[in-house]
Amino acid sequence: MNSHQAFLEILKTSPYKPMKAKIIKTHDYTAHERLLRIVLEDERELGHWPGQFVELSLFGFGEAPISVCSSPTEKGYFDLTVRRVGAVTEALHRLKRGNVLGIRGPYGNGFPLDKMHGNNILIVAGGLGIVPLRALIHYILDKRKDFGEVQILLGCKTPQDVLFNDEIAHWRKRTDIKFSCTVDKADPDWKGNIGLITGLIPGVTLRPQQTYAVVVGPPIMYKFVIAELLKKGIPEQQIVVSLERKMKCGLGKCGACQVRNIYVCQSGPVFTFAELKELEGECHEGECHV
Amino acid sequence: MKYGIISKTDLSRWFDSLKGRGKIYGPKRKENAFVFRPVNEFAEMSLIYIPTILPPKKYYFPQKEFLFKFKIKPFKTSKAIKKFEEFILFGVHTCDIAGIQCMDVVFNEKPADPNYLNRKDKMTIIGIECMDYCDRYANCAAVGTHIYKGGYDIMLTDVGDAYVLHVNSEKGENLVKGKKYIRAMETHDEEKLNRALAEKSNKFHNEFNGTLAEIDQAFADGFFSTVWADVGRRCVGCTNCTAVCPTCYCFDVVDEVSLNLNDGGRYRVWNYCQMDDFARVATGEDFRPGRDSRQRHRYYRKFQYSVRKYNKYFCTGCGRCTRTCMANISLIETVNSLLDERRKR
Repeated sequence: MNSHQAFLEILKTSPYKPMKAKIIKTHDYTAHERLLRIVLEDERELGHWPGQFVELSLFGFGEAPISVCSSPTEKGYFDLTVRRVGAVTEALHRLKRGNVLGIRGPYGNGFPLDKMHGNNILIVAGGLGIVPLRALIHYILDKRKDFGEVQILLGCKTPQDVLFNDEIAHWRKRTDIKFSCTVDKADPDWKGNIGLITGLIPGVTLRPQQTYAVVVGPPIMYKFVIAELLKKGIPEQQIVVSLERKMKCGLGKCGACQVRNIYVCQSGPVFTFAELKELEGECHEGECHV
Repeated sequence: MKYGIISKTDLSRWFDSLKGRGKIYGPKRKENAFVFRPVNEFAEMSLIYIPTILPPKKYYFPQKEFLFKFKIKPFKTSKAIKKFEEFILFGVHTCDIAGIQCMDVVFNEKPADPNYLNRKDKMTIIGIECMDYCDRYANCAAVGTHIYKGGYDIMLTDVGDAYVLHVNSEKGENLVKGKKYIRAMETHDEEKLNRALAEKSNKFHNEFNGTLAEIDQAFADGFFSTVWADVGRRCVGCTNCTAVCPTCYCFDVVDEVSLNLNDGGRYRVWNYCQMDDFARVATGEDFRPGRDSRQRHRYYRKFQYSVRKYNKYFCTGCGRCTRTCMANISLIETVNSLLDERRKR
């Protein structure tokens, strides 16, 4: 194909046009967070990588960037878990099984699984951070022998905020992973840890040089968790984070997700701490809260 | 023909010959300012003008661009790309052509943008070279956009009683081909052109107190400079600077639904990093809080991020941001303050 033909090909399709998709299952985990199981038209696979996101479309309301929370090893569908927080997600919570919506993507780079293979994995999830990490956890559990020891730390505000509790019950029972959970504020029925997630890190027994730590949570959490991980001796290039930004177009154009000269939707949302330090400035100036 | 000569008296005749080739947009006077508008007759235009309120960007990256039509029930999307029409931009300054070149890089970068590329494909650019400063707000000489460096189909240079036409594309060639009143440039014309350019180069000088290399270093070192706090204190957050910039391309994607509440369209509309909610996510986190950091972001997008990403300054020196600022924030002063501060350090 010559360059002009290639040019004409580009002109035929719009990257903004979403694919038609159908909700085949919904599950409310909390009063605000709902899981949607989605099938694309023609039963096409989304073809994503854990850590990537899609632009979800509800015509009349607009688009919202949502991380995919199922693993590509699960075929025939993909999962999104959505907090009711803006115009699009509010409308999304009114949808039922059988309703249709639009999907474009997947976008972003995803977790560096090729580098993580063969290493120990420490997953640190704060609140909604467990959502993109669920994709990684499912992937690791499906390909368990590709990884070393696996430890999952989850921190939530209260026991009522814990997502995926049905799956967590299963994770707790497995002997090939270690799972711990803590809440900031407990209720009388709570039997687990109480306190911030940083409190769980000193107890981690993984050998730091062979460990990849994957951290996803609210911006405020990163600074403290990363400091603890560094104290543990986990190398900067093996601390992996995912940045939440307003990814409006997903195509590296609209500017809304920009951190310094980086478009998070294209170069991220997954970065190593070593990469984030290169973006010096914004990393301790409020723009990326690390 | 690479260079041609057209006498000033024949320019309107040539303009008339362009009419069948698409809508023509050119600079017109509007009260005390200038604007790009559709032009029917040559005499409507003011070819000597200070940069228009909005750059010609509005024709190749419209404020509101249709992306596709949709139906909510049953879920349906229309063919996404509609037909675009041929158009001519007449009398574009070299700074604004530099702006178009910046946008070319952005929208050609993968994934390429069909809407932009389609419009660009239909666009013919006839530039006009500035022989003197438009006003004291421009900084085109510092960023080198006062002289032409491609990106147009034809460039007009005023040499007194005539214009030298530089033909830079096949599209441009087709506009001058067979016109008896346009002749090839001869040695005496070339001498005249060289004299005019020598005179011009005496009038333009670096508007900043430092070289581009020094400016580069000042930005590299100046992220935490007090200059930003000062600019942030004065900024009123009106977003004018980003609205008029020829190289600002941030946008939002929005839906509009018709009265039947089922049919609608998706559009992209200009958005501005100076808006206080620009980097705020639904959960309330604001990743660029404060006018100081938002202004700093604007400057860095022009003087550093674009240089790192595309090897290009995204400041075209047109001076629009300074001219339009409600708080009298001057780009030249800001950059100079940054340079001064670095020297004191």
